[in-house]
Amino acid sequence: MLSRTAANLFWMGRHLERAETAARLLDVGARITLLPNTAEGYRNEWESLLRASGAQAAFAERYGDEITQENVETWLFFDHANPSSVASCIERAREGGRIVRTALTSQVWDALNSAYQDLRALERRSRGQLDPAMLTDFTTRHSSTVRGAINATQLRNDGWHFINLGYSLERADATARLLDVKYFVLLPRVEFVGSGLDNYQWQVILRALSAHRAFHWAYGGEVTASKVADFLILNGESPRSLLTSLYEAVWHLDGLVRRYGAAVPASASARAHETLEQLIARDIEAIFDEGLHEFLSWFINEVASISNAVHDDYLSGRM
Amino acid sequence: MRLKITHETSYCYDPPAQGLVQSLRLTPSVHEGQRVADWTISVSGGQRGAAFRDGAGDWIEGWSVRGPVQEIVVSIAGQVETRDTAGVLRGHRETVNPLVYLRPTAATRIDAALRDLALSEQGEDGLDLAHRLAAAVARAIAYEPGVTEAHTTAAEALALGQGVCQDHAHALIACARERGLPARYVSGYLHSNAGGEPHDAAHAWAEIHVGSLGWVGFDAANACCPDDRYVRLGSGLDADDAAPVRGTTFGSGEESLDVRVQVEEMEQ
Amino acid sequence: MTIYYNEMVDGGLVREPYAMLSDWIETMPAEIRQMKQAEAEALFRRIGITFAVYGEGGDPDRLIPFDMMPRVFLQGEWRRLERGIKQRARGLNAFLRDVYGRGEIVRAGRIPAPLVYRNAAYEKAVVGFVPPRGVFSHIVGIDIVRTGRDEFHVLEDNCRTPSGVSYMLENREIMMRMFPALFRNNRIEPVDQYPELLRRTLASVAPAKCEGEPTVVILTPGHYNSAYYEHSFLANLMGVELVEGSDLFVDGGFVYMRTTQGPKRVDVIYRRIDDQFLDPLCFRRDSMLGVPGLMDVWRSGGVSIASAPGAGVADDKAVYTFVPEMIRFYLGEEPILNNVQTWTLWKDDDYRYVMANLKDLVVKEVHGSGGYGMLIGPRATKAEIEAFAERIKADPGNYIAQPTLALSTSPTFVDEGVAPRHVDLRPFCLCGDRIELVPGGLTRVALREGSLVVNSSQGGGVKDTWVLSE
Repeated sequence: MLSRTAANLFWMGRHLERAETAARLLDVGARITLLPNTAEGYRNEWESLLRASGAQAAFAERYGDEITQENVETWLFFDHANPSSVASCIERAREGGRIVRTALTSQVWDALNSAYQDLRALERRSRGQLDPAMLTDFTTRHSSTVRGAINATQLRNDGWHFINLGYSLERADATARLLDVKYFVLLPRVEFVGSGLDNYQWQVILRALSAHRAFHWAYGGEVTASKVADFLILNGESPRSLLTSLYEAVWHLDGLVRRYGAAVPASASARAHETLEQLIARDIEAIFDEGLHEFLSWFINEVASISNAVHDDYLSGRM
Repeated sequence: MRLKITHETSYCYDPPAQGLVQSLRLTPSVHEGQRVADWTISVSGGQRGAAFRDGAGDWIEGWSVRGPVQEIVVSIAGQVETRDTAGVLRGHRETVNPLVYLRPTAATRIDAALRDLALSEQGEDGLDLAHRLAAAVARAIAYEPGVTEAHTTAAEALALGQGVCQDHAHALIACARERGLPARYVSGYLHSNAGGEPHDAAHAWAEIHVGSLGWVGFDAANACCPDDRYVRLGSGLDADDAAPVRGTTFGSGEESLDVRVQVEEMEQ
Repeated sequence: MTIYYNEMVDGGLVREPYAMLSDWIETMPAEIRQMKQAEAEALFRRIGITFAVYGEGGDPDRLIPFDMMPRVFLQGEWRRLERGIKQRARGLNAFLRDVYGRGEIVRAGRIPAPLVYRNAAYEKAVVGFVPPRGVFSHIVGIDIVRTGRDEFHVLEDNCRTPSGVSYMLENREIMMRMFPALFRNNRIEPVDQYPELLRRTLASVAPAKCEGEPTVVILTPGHYNSAYYEHSFLANLMGVELVEGSDLFVDGGFVYMRTTQGPKRVDVIYRRIDDQFLDPLCFRRDSMLGVPGLMDVWRSGGVSIASAPGAGVADDKAVYTFVPEMIRFYLGEEPILNNVQTWTLWKDDDYRYVMANLKDLVVKEVHGSGGYGMLIGPRATKAEIEAFAERIKADPGNYIAQPTLALSTSPTFVDEGVAPRHVDLRPFCLCGDRIELVPGGLTRVALREGSLVVNSSQGGGVKDTWVLSE
């Protein structure tokens, strides 16, 4: 497969997942602002959201210090100047798909193209008719359709591995970042840890990951920080946990290594296995002892290294 | 005359380049005025690819280097036996129709001043006209290094009234074509008896197609026809088209270049 | 008053090829037709077969209007066309082989030397090289118009990279999907073997140095190109990689593509980019679309390029006038298909005649294409004619003139029902170890009443083209 094709497929997967992340961030933000007892109002919550998504500076450049719900909504969903907005991601995923049309089934292209056409229709509607919940629904609905088409119709070849590698690495990164939002939200108010508010915030995060019900099935009882963190980090049944995402990445990398044989470098696979081992070696207590933020920073870094190694091994088009 | 030529070009890249592809016209032509006794081209860390003689009679070699690479040295060394043919290119195998060389290029496009210059001379026949045009160009453009640069056109050089061999050749080509004489740019080496600067050793001149005689060389910069001090490499519609080295480097690094050319006469 | 040949009704009677269609039209209620038309459009849009016209702005995803009414040829009519088209493709390739070699046709005085050697499309870098099997133009698109029951004329040759074949294939797919009964009840020759024939043709011209099964790729300028859909469509149907210049690189006298498994050698490149952008080391230095060093590899037999660089010298509108001469000179045959009478404006007599009769003639730029840079005398205003005359005076050598042709009409769906509209035809002839032609082509139709311009950029549409079996 052409390296450029593989790169387009990989990034198509990443952008599709990233679109969903942007929509989820929007959802988390909207819910957190509904919390009682936030003396400083919603402003800080949105700010921490922007910090978590690493977009504070870019946002400020565009909107100044006007961190209003509407501005953040625009930024996260519609703004083409934000490379991680839902609109940007869907557009780029579709563009990437168009470039590699021959590597996609018509069902996948159809789903991708419909998402794009519907997005354009949505952009033409007046903002008054749209609320964050609806925008989140729009995004998750379309991304599920595309994903379904991919898994139902694509050949299980290297292209499929690259798409899913994109998805899984992006998801590993996104879940880690979303968890980090919690860190940023709580940072200035250590006294809240373990309080009702703290637990409410954890629930919001679960909800944002569409993991609210799943969590209860898996753990039952009260929502506590360590249970939620365990569910989102180390639980292999949780579909968006760090462990699951990394397992999937490893599985697809192993698929590529098997397919391509020893003649093709496999530094990404080696790196991913290493990270996986280190992740498995931890339990949730160890992670809290280490500091959740520190742990997440380490993990985000690892994912970036694996992604770079994927680029070096397969996408760079070495001569 | 037996001439010994060494021509070394080194390219440095910072950061290192990912690779390089070159197309070299750095092998002396085969014709009555010169015979190659010995000739080697080497590119450090490179692989020789395509090698063939094209329709214009030039020997072309493609070379590639797979990176990452910090420095590449292209070395030419060889000896050529030359003979004075009064500029006439005889015994040169080529199949390109001379009419092809009437085509204007960006560097040789005619303007009013060039047209005036071209029309200022009258000749008894093509050869005579070509000689007169060469002399006219030599008068109109004084040899003065450093005034013009690689992208200077014939029209610009004439307007400046100064230039180097490339500008003389371009201006002469433009004038000849204006008069209906096919003309082309020739790149090569020149042995300067007067112990000139080493950079003079890489040289260029024009060839004009004059009826029954065929292609004849004219070096307006030195107001003469190429003789046994000249070594002919290849030709083209202009300097760019005749460039002895064309290449592409992959990578984002800065390139720095160092060229050393030497043409010495060997004791017989 | 010009008489236009009506392909459906001749002498008051419905001609045989259209007989069954006439029933089909009559029994189809208007609302069904509208529904089908909408369905066809939705299908085209969904598969993404759209085209963009440079510089026109507007919707980049514009559809070329599709007319559901097919254009039909009888087997006998087609056989004759086929012989003529193949003959012409052979003649054009013989010409290319010759002018990049010894130039016998020029030496024999059958075509003026400057027309060939001073032609902007004549590539000096190609001189002296003979590509595998001596084929320069592997896909020859020949634009044909019909002016009478047995009268066909060639309007233009396309020896470089004629586009439109994806419409030929998609139009058929859509017709078969929407009207299966039409295909069950009539014996219509298939065209869907085209991609496989194209692949085989390209593989058959692999260089001698190729080991094993040749690797064929399509080289596209990229997804911003207006014909990108066609490039990816063909790559998909042929099962070959669609590459951009940056996917390829030259090393050690061969061309490789960058793959996830490392470099892979490429043997045949079906390029859909112009000569000038193919190789910055040979042509335009600033080209980012090409492959540095490609021409050296091609000229030393390390890779094949289809069509060969420089093939455009054969399809120039001035060289066009000499194609019948080529057929006589190289093949020793009389041309089966006629040219349209053409005046070349660099000849004084022709110039005088044309300037005096601009209002009756069509004047075209020698290198123009797509219906741009042309004057249609009978449809132009006085001011337009005068303005064009000034352009001609400035550079007569850049123009040719032809009579306004009485393009035949084919029945076409219009708002009011079915009406005759002018059509032309572009079949795609493949040249490799064999010369192949699928029975069909792209029929373009001028949808505006009375219009003779079939170009999609100027109100033209497309139709499925049928050849009936015996």
